[in-house]
Amino acid sequence: MTTPLLEVKNLKKYFPIHKGFLRRHVGDVKAVENVSFILKAGETLGLVGESGCGKSTTGRTLLRLVEATAGEVKYNGIDVLNAKANDLRKLRREMQIIFQDPYSSLNPRITIGEAVGEALREHNLYKGAALKERIQEVIEICGLADYHVNRYPHEFSGGQRQRIGIARALALDPSFIVADEPVSALDVSIQAQIINLMMDLQEQLGLSYLFISHDLSVVKHISDRVGVMYLGDIVELANKNDLYDTPLHPYTKALLSAIPVPDPKMKRNIIILKGDIPSPSNPPSGCKFHTRCPIAQDICKEEAPEFKEYAKQHFAACHLIDK
Amino acid sequence: MSNNVLEVKNLKTYFYTDKGVVKAVDGVDFTIEYGKTLGIVGESGCGKSITSMSVLRLIPTPPGKIEDGEVIFEGRDLLKVSEKEIRSIRGNDISMIFQEPMTSLNPVFTVGDQIMEAIILHQKLSEEEARKKAIEMINLVNIPRADKIVDEYPHQLSGGMRQRVMIAMALACMPKLLIADEPTTALDVTIQAQVLEIMNDLKEKLNTAIMLITHDLGVIAEMADHVIVMYCGKVVEEAPVQELFDNPKHPYTQGLLNSKPSIVENKNRLESIRGTVPNPRLLPKGCYFNPRCKYAVDKCRQEQPTLEEITTGHKVSCFVACKEVE
Amino acid sequence: MDTKVIVEESQELQNITKEESVGPWKMVWLRFKKKKIALTGVIILIILVLSAVFAPFLTPYSPDEMNFSNVNAAPSRQNWMGTDNLGRDYFTRLLYGGRVSLMVGVISAFISVTLGSTIGGIAGFFGGRVDNILMRFAEIVMSFPFLPLAITISAVVGANVAPETKMYIVMMIIGCLSWPGLSRIVRGQILSLKEQEFVLAAKALGIPNYKIILKHLIPNTIGYIIVSAALSMANAIMAESGLSFLGLGVVPPTPTWGNMVQHARNLHVLRTRPWLWIPPGVAILLAVMSINLLGDGLRDAIDPKSNN
Repeated sequence: MTTPLLEVKNLKKYFPIHKGFLRRHVGDVKAVENVSFILKAGETLGLVGESGCGKSTTGRTLLRLVEATAGEVKYNGIDVLNAKANDLRKLRREMQIIFQDPYSSLNPRITIGEAVGEALREHNLYKGAALKERIQEVIEICGLADYHVNRYPHEFSGGQRQRIGIARALALDPSFIVADEPVSALDVSIQAQIINLMMDLQEQLGLSYLFISHDLSVVKHISDRVGVMYLGDIVELANKNDLYDTPLHPYTKALLSAIPVPDPKMKRNIIILKGDIPSPSNPPSGCKFHTRCPIAQDICKEEAPEFKEYAKQHFAACHLIDK
Repeated sequence: MSNNVLEVKNLKTYFYTDKGVVKAVDGVDFTIEYGKTLGIVGESGCGKSITSMSVLRLIPTPPGKIEDGEVIFEGRDLLKVSEKEIRSIRGNDISMIFQEPMTSLNPVFTVGDQIMEAIILHQKLSEEEARKKAIEMINLVNIPRADKIVDEYPHQLSGGMRQRVMIAMALACMPKLLIADEPTTALDVTIQAQVLEIMNDLKEKLNTAIMLITHDLGVIAEMADHVIVMYCGKVVEEAPVQELFDNPKHPYTQGLLNSKPSIVENKNRLESIRGTVPNPRLLPKGCYFNPRCKYAVDKCRQEQPTLEEITTGHKVSCFVACKEVE
Repeated sequence: MDTKVIVEESQELQNITKEESVGPWKMVWLRFKKKKIALTGVIILIILVLSAVFAPFLTPYSPDEMNFSNVNAAPSRQNWMGTDNLGRDYFTRLLYGGRVSLMVGVISAFISVTLGSTIGGIAGFFGGRVDNILMRFAEIVMSFPFLPLAITISAVVGANVAPETKMYIVMMIIGCLSWPGLSRIVRGQILSLKEQEFVLAAKALGIPNYKIILKHLIPNTIGYIIVSAALSMANAIMAESGLSFLGLGVVPPTPTWGNMVQHARNLHVLRTRPWLWIPPGVAILLAVMSINLLGDGLRDAIDPKSNN
């Protein structure tokens, strides 16, 4: 097997909580506890989970938009988390991110051409006429017209803005993109346009995606493999068909059963989880899911389960899978 | 007495702004039967929320104005009754829950106070009885420790709990109609499943009719008996839920159904609807959907189609679809 | 700023000027243009500024020119607003007084805005301990009672200086005491902008911090700073009049609207010679009001959400 494009090992991110005038450290929000995965070139790994599970933080930590607390991230063999300023600058050209909110992801005061071209200029990749050409090229492959270059973000609709965000990320010709809920804020008909665009771009440019979303059907559509996160941990990771057809972890099962299917005839057995997601600043002991798990036993409260391979390329962390 | 708890006829709600008139709701008709759920689907800006607010006359005037139509609730036209009368209906015979569980509860009162307020106001119960009733309602929406929760403040509850409290509040007076405007959009999937189950459960127990507004066709399939699809302030298709999903006739409905990825089957490529929703002040000539429609013919660009019944209970507003049936 | 509102609005505007791109500042102007009251404010302000700037062309007298044969005259064709007790033409003094009052307003506002936005910007961008220290400092400055402190400083520092220098001391006092409000606003703005996804995107693209500040953060707070500058200018004019009225601001013979109103302190003048105190009073009122109208109009134009 060739070396993976991205290798993440035991990634951890705690946000300290400070209180009072002296800003005493009183605890941590354990946003990402222990996340490990690999991503192969040209592949899409989906990361799903509910709010507060740490999926977005994972994406941002990989790109050093927030600094990791511990762990290891290797991109093409380069240590990302310890890269010095100069190396990090080079890595920025390889690893990019697309955001969720089409409104806050673009600076309202600069034109589209400026937003897309800023990084090209910063990295001295193109100059003069070539720079203009490159900006137009990127804008056009994202489905926008060349005359959009001199316009401001407020002149575009949500879907168009998302295209601009994608163009900005693609300008540097990266090979890996973190897509952080890129379609969640869009209407259904526009979602499909953006998903199709992302898949076309992947084919044309050989991109690899880490696709973060809470929408399991979107993730299923776009991903090759899928990881399910709960309270800062990946609880299950497998090829998408394995994961959706034969989920192992009780949380994955509950999640899958809970999605409303647009077919009134489908009579599903919905597993209704009791209670709410616990706070990441004070996660439960043992298996973090035991407070809501329909099949939890005594061992689950005491011991954290190991993340192991149960079938080929199908990993999960649960004490009760074998039983 | 008719079977319908609510009949909306030719409802028109316009907004008058500096830059022109927005016909947010432009001639909408529908009925809801006792104990049934009507789903209203559409994307942002299609007028689905304005429709629901018009029913209770909650449109801010100005700039908005209900221009025309009838909203007949148990024989009375709500657009004609006095301000006092509509107040006695709101929260009592018809109640509403909103999308944002964070902002729809008042942070300075306890959960119990807020549930009791409507009960005391409309049902004239004593404080003690109202409190008992409030605890009963909290139990009914499956919140554990109801006798404790009743004295807690909204910020002590999670989003899912708050939405359940909202439902408890809305149902406290046993309304005949519950208007739910995107009730689960802000919630996580597992919490959404809890809330939807409670709504379905209560519908059966209390025989409350529900007007469910959502953009999520999955939620519609799960909850609704009858569905209307809205686009640019107009109803483009109306059908019983099964019929709509089996046999969508309007190109917009088809587009919506096809553009959603499925977890059941693997699709290669999503069929998207091209373009975007038009500016409400500058709607295209003819059928509003024609610039985005792949079946559009010349007639669609000239004339506006009307809602025609093609099979029993299934109405569609599209020249191409109607012709096909003939 | 609520971009969603702007998007909706611009899509309307776009249909009018389909070919032309509408930049963010043009949007502000298009919105501002529609506010009649704010435009009235601008016109009044322009008239006041122009008459102060072109004072020498509007009057044949000089402000310090005394004419002892014509003291305490009532308004006449030669002296439109009469003369004071030293026979100086009062209309002339009003025009020149406007120069000083407006200049005190502009310079104090400039000092206050510079201090406020720099301190607020640093606190917001760096956060943590720096933020903690700077904001506590701002709170301390904010909790000084303005008038007693200004009076004390003015009395101590300004005791032995020439009247012209005193003007600058007044500017410094007002400027250095009125920045904390703005610094809090700027800090809040920077804090929320820092979390905006476009700032993260710039970081992901490898844009260095100083460029992020200059290109992505400051341009997005500039609107608030302009509005705040206008409002603090109005406050500075008020503060200067207050101090000068008490005799602790700019002192005669340099005329300012504030020390001209001082005539009203004399009951006899108050009753019998209203032309000595009504015109400067009205001038202060007009200046402060027009600047406030302009500021409010700008705020609504820059941030449409604030106007419901």
